[in-house]
Amino acid sequence: MAGISIELLLASLMVAATPILFAAIGEMVVEKSGVLNLGVEGMMITGAICGFAVAVETGSPALGFAGAALGGAGLSLVFALLTQVLLSNQVATGLALTLFGLGFSALIGQGYVGIKPPPTGSLDFGPLSDIPLIGPVLLRHDLLVYVAIALTAAVWAFLRYTRAGLILRAVGESHDSAHALGYKVVRIRVLAIVFGGAMAGLGGAYVSLVRVPQWTEGMTAGAGWIALALVVFGAWRPWRVLLGAYLFGGITVLQLNLQAAGVRVPVELLSISPYLITILVLVVMSSDRRRVALNAPAALGRVFHASS
Amino acid sequence: MTDTLLALDGLTKAYPGVIANDGVSFRIAPGEVHALLGENGAGKSTLVKMIYGLVKPDAGRMALRGAPYTPDRPSEARTNGVAMVFQHFSLFEALDVAENIALGMENPPRRRELAASIRQVSHDYGLPLDPARLVGELSAGERQRVEIIRCLLQNPRLLIMDEPTSVLTPQEVEILFATLRKLSSEGTAILYISHKLDEIRALCDAATVLRRGKVVGTCVPRETTAREMAELMVGTTLHTPERRHRENGETLLELRGVSLPAATPFGTNLHALSLKVQAGEVMGIGGVAGNGQDEFLSVLSGESLQEPGRVFVDGVDIGALPPQTRRSLGVLAAPEERLGHAAAPDMTLVENALLTGSVREKLAPHGLVNWAATRAFAARIIEAFDVRTPNADVAARALSGGNLQKFVIGREILQAPRVLVVNQPTWGVDAAAAATIRQALLDLAGQGAAVIVISQDLDELMEIADRFAALNAGRLTDPRATAGLSLDEIGLMMGGAHDMEVAHAAQ
Repeated sequence: MAGISIELLLASLMVAATPILFAAIGEMVVEKSGVLNLGVEGMMITGAICGFAVAVETGSPALGFAGAALGGAGLSLVFALLTQVLLSNQVATGLALTLFGLGFSALIGQGYVGIKPPPTGSLDFGPLSDIPLIGPVLLRHDLLVYVAIALTAAVWAFLRYTRAGLILRAVGESHDSAHALGYKVVRIRVLAIVFGGAMAGLGGAYVSLVRVPQWTEGMTAGAGWIALALVVFGAWRPWRVLLGAYLFGGITVLQLNLQAAGVRVPVELLSISPYLITILVLVVMSSDRRRVALNAPAALGRVFHASS
Repeated sequence: MTDTLLALDGLTKAYPGVIANDGVSFRIAPGEVHALLGENGAGKSTLVKMIYGLVKPDAGRMALRGAPYTPDRPSEARTNGVAMVFQHFSLFEALDVAENIALGMENPPRRRELAASIRQVSHDYGLPLDPARLVGELSAGERQRVEIIRCLLQNPRLLIMDEPTSVLTPQEVEILFATLRKLSSEGTAILYISHKLDEIRALCDAATVLRRGKVVGTCVPRETTAREMAELMVGTTLHTPERRHRENGETLLELRGVSLPAATPFGTNLHALSLKVQAGEVMGIGGVAGNGQDEFLSVLSGESLQEPGRVFVDGVDIGALPPQTRRSLGVLAAPEERLGHAAAPDMTLVENALLTGSVREKLAPHGLVNWAATRAFAARIIEAFDVRTPNADVAARALSGGNLQKFVIGREILQAPRVLVVNQPTWGVDAAAAATIRQALLDLAGQGAAVIVISQDLDELMEIADRFAALNAGRLTDPRATAGLSLDEIGLMMGGAHDMEVAHAAQ
């Protein structure tokens, strides 16, 4: 254990958590509107390659992230068209989206294997980043880490305090009631889906441009699925989702360090530990079924058709 | 009443295969309470949806205060002073009262001011309501108050009410009527849709009767008997179900202290229900919706299991037996929700007949479906209960609500049950078909079965039940003989009006 630095561990925890946090917060908004998009993994990996390609071609990581958001949003528009306009089954469409995203990104990524992307710089907090512990852990990251936290706060405030957030929750709670009151159910849901796609894309690009910085096929490695699980076990509450993402990130980093330090625990066991522990903790936290059911969007996954 | 608030002129709306409204015209004056009468499928809902901007008419004109009125969407109707209280509430259970009200307004004020004005209006009209409570925790009567206050906050000129009293206790109905009369005296016109003719006679100034999308008559409800209005709606004469004289039978069904925790956040816990039902008896269970009716049925149907010693049929403890075993013992149930609970929406009538009938009718011996026998069983149901359907191979969801109701009730009755539990047997069924279903339930009891009818229609329970008990917040009152039971007593059994009397007394 001697080889593990607490500072480094905590700092890399935030980096490891950020992609999942982006994807999970985006998906949470989608689900709050009553839509279940299982294509998060596909949108993440599409964002990862779009962001990577744009950043390499333009030399600008900022443009890369913008391209990633566009790529994820573009793919989610396909989902929106299929489920909201053509009324296809959301579960099947979401799964198809993941499969499509994985294949599509592999195709585009063929020319990008082995290339290094332009580096994404860290923010400069000046002397603040020299404060012991706080500086190295909290203040030496790139902008996106802070954007993800700000996004969580923004989504929380949006859902809680704004009228648009109220309408979004209402649509997810009962699309028939919302329709009867004259709200545009389909339009609201499409917007939510596109937002979720853009966030998943950003999360994917964070993997390929910052966390790993390179492109390999299937490099998101199930992060999208973890994001989906976080939304459910975080009971559709932004801060719990953030907690879950950080917990997952933390254990991922810790087990990597343990592996490197040569702890006498089978590698397989270490590798599954982040998934296992995150889900266990969140399951225990959300064990009060009645409270969770209160937060869960009642119309989740149901097809809306304005029949009258 | 010289001036006109809303004039409808030749409104027509057709859906594929059916003309919902055919040249409907009438006028409503300011402050008038106007009743819209008609059977299910007569086109009342389509008509009010056109007035509220949810549906666009194919032909015809509307004028509001003399100016042409063509609302494209509900918000436009609301801006013009037209408000609507929906039959199936347009509320969001997981949101609180103030949020629900804000969603129905064009420019809601800030939360604090909104809460204050909700309190103000609810006090002025004697409809107490706490803006911070979750709608899912409210009773049906309180939910309706949310809808009404949402409308009142926008100072409507015309208030549309679609079947407002079907979920209320008699006391709550009285209070609603007091509110509506106050509104009408302030000049707000009310368009009132209901099946309940006595209420219309008590409340309304004028009535328009629709049948199959056309106006077939108008009347002044105070000067017309309920029977005349009913016959105008149906177009034929009605017959009332007859009850035979009954002798006391053996106790067939017995509940001893049945309790059940609710399965969903907004469900109701059952608390120590005890009840004995005799052979040949019709037991009526009243109560406002959401007081444990669904849970009560699930205990008897076998969807929820009980520990030993709680539920007995003929002395046999059935509490832990699953539904199919109960069916083989002759305990059958017809739940309230037709699509998705009583019937599988996308399966044909033949398949639906098989689903509950396979045990008693022996439709699947040795695990193999005997389709010929199943088809014959479905045909018998359709024949005996006059289910209007092209054939037995159409999907259940293609049938109108009333026809499917006849099918699911008939399916259970034809299996000759010893104990039958039905929830809302005539919900949404027109008067003639309702009479058929009630007669069949009485006949079944006459053959020695124990019949439990859960219903929110008190007139129905008074008509067919021998004894009456009410479910109130998951508790069952002591049963009382229906003969000689007054409406006031029933209302008190159902839990009164949930603190409303106090509010009225305070004014």
